[in-house]
Amino acid sequence: MMQLTCPLCGPRAENEFHCGGTTGIARPPLDCSDETWGAYLHFRDNPKGDHAERWRHTYGCGLWFNVLRDTVTHEVKVVYGITESRPEVRPEASP
Amino acid sequence: MRTRYSAWSLLGAARTGHGDWAPAWREAEPKARYDIIVIGGGGHGLATAYYLAKNHGVTNVAVLEAGWIGGGNTGRNTTIVRSNYLYPESARLYDFSLRQYEQLSKTLNFNIMFSQRGVLTLAHSRHDLDAQSRWANAMLCNGIDAELLDARQVQALEPRLNFGAEARFPILGGFIQRRAGSARHDAVAWGYARGASALGVDIVQNCAVTGLLKQGDAVVGVVTKRGEIRADKVAMAVAGHSSALAGLAGFQLPVTSYALQAMVSEPVKPVLNTVTLSPSLGAYWSQSDKGEVVMGGALDHFPSYAQRGSFDVMQHVVAATVEMFPSLGRVRLLRQWAGIVDVVQDSSPIIGATPVPGLYINCGWGTGGFKAIPVGGWTLAHVLATGHNHELAEPFQLQRFHTGRLIDEAAAAGIAH
Repeated sequence: MMQLTCPLCGPRAENEFHCGGTTGIARPPLDCSDETWGAYLHFRDNPKGDHAERWRHTYGCGLWFNVLRDTVTHEVKVVYGITESRPEVRPEASP
Repeated sequence: MRTRYSAWSLLGAARTGHGDWAPAWREAEPKARYDIIVIGGGGHGLATAYYLAKNHGVTNVAVLEAGWIGGGNTGRNTTIVRSNYLYPESARLYDFSLRQYEQLSKTLNFNIMFSQRGVLTLAHSRHDLDAQSRWANAMLCNGIDAELLDARQVQALEPRLNFGAEARFPILGGFIQRRAGSARHDAVAWGYARGASALGVDIVQNCAVTGLLKQGDAVVGVVTKRGEIRADKVAMAVAGHSSALAGLAGFQLPVTSYALQAMVSEPVKPVLNTVTLSPSLGAYWSQSDKGEVVMGGALDHFPSYAQRGSFDVMQHVVAATVEMFPSLGRVRLLRQWAGIVDVVQDSSPIIGATPVPGLYINCGWGTGGFKAIPVGGWTLAHVLATGHNHELAEPFQLQRFHTGRLIDEAAAAGIAH
């Protein structure tokens, strides 16, 4: 089972959390075109690799927070606040 | 060399110790150019190539597969075929697929071991009963068989279910689609591959696509690990990795990739008669012809490209199994695995053109792509060969995410996402 680190409660098992999907999506103005609105609602990068996503410690303290996680290895690279912007992560040195 | 399967050819081949069977399909070397390239040698890709050749006479076609054919989701699903959907668009699409499955062994001259043992959905509460009568009645309105059952009828069908007084999830009834059932997944891939290959299609394994060749805006071929290959049109049927390939072409999809896992027990004597699912528990069961109890559940609820499932979901599925089938409590788990599925917000597929000229797509089947292999291949082949959407695929275009005409198929997953 994956382990996530809640900023308030520390490391906890994955099943205490709920994943809220891609984070940091900016809502376009309400008078935008249908193309823009559809893209905002539905279309995602869905990266194979680092993904910035929001999680909630639903069965704990209830806090929403952001995580940068690799979608292939499930390695959590950074945990950061819900209002913070995605931190730069240095690419790992190649072996 | 013998190529056709029949009782007579089996008898004849027995005389020579079965030494004269031709390989089921040709392992082809990629040519420099094709009319159409299909990326992805799973069920959908192979069916697309087969129907291009059979329905439209387009045979200068290659199927490019990164690994081995049928080794992705086609080899990782729980082989359930059903058409118990809610909306008319979905009902037409999936029932066309089910009708193809009914005749597929004969069409392909390849035994896909299609067994219409029925898919039984359990109701554990008053609300389940209400929701399922709506669901079953919607199916009947769409001309698809469905039968509401009371508890006693469910017990007669599946006596090993937990009907004890101590049952935590009492069974009040349910409904069944009797024409639904299961098929042998590998046989579906191999049967289509064999059929396509016999009609002249090149099936190229170990040929991962790493880039797309473009002329202006249009896609005119692919870059593979085995060199560049040109084509008039390129189609992709690469569920799980659709976004990655769309990224190479320069557009986004309304798709998120999730891991969906399944597991089997050690083989036991026949104990389950139907495919049974409990939407409330989020688990479903059937028994393979080898005797393994096949179990599945909900998605791992976070984006993933790792073809392995989380222990959390596995534990949940096993707990649900022991609760619903107490007599299986001592049976040991044999294998567990996961496939990466394309999940779209409305749980409905995308079959047709993409924003990039020359590139076509078949994706977004979510957790239920196996049942749709015939119709996915049929409709993608249609748009590739004729330039027009097949009428069944017309509602399932990418454009619906901008117009808002979603087909929000709550029944798509069978269990809650």
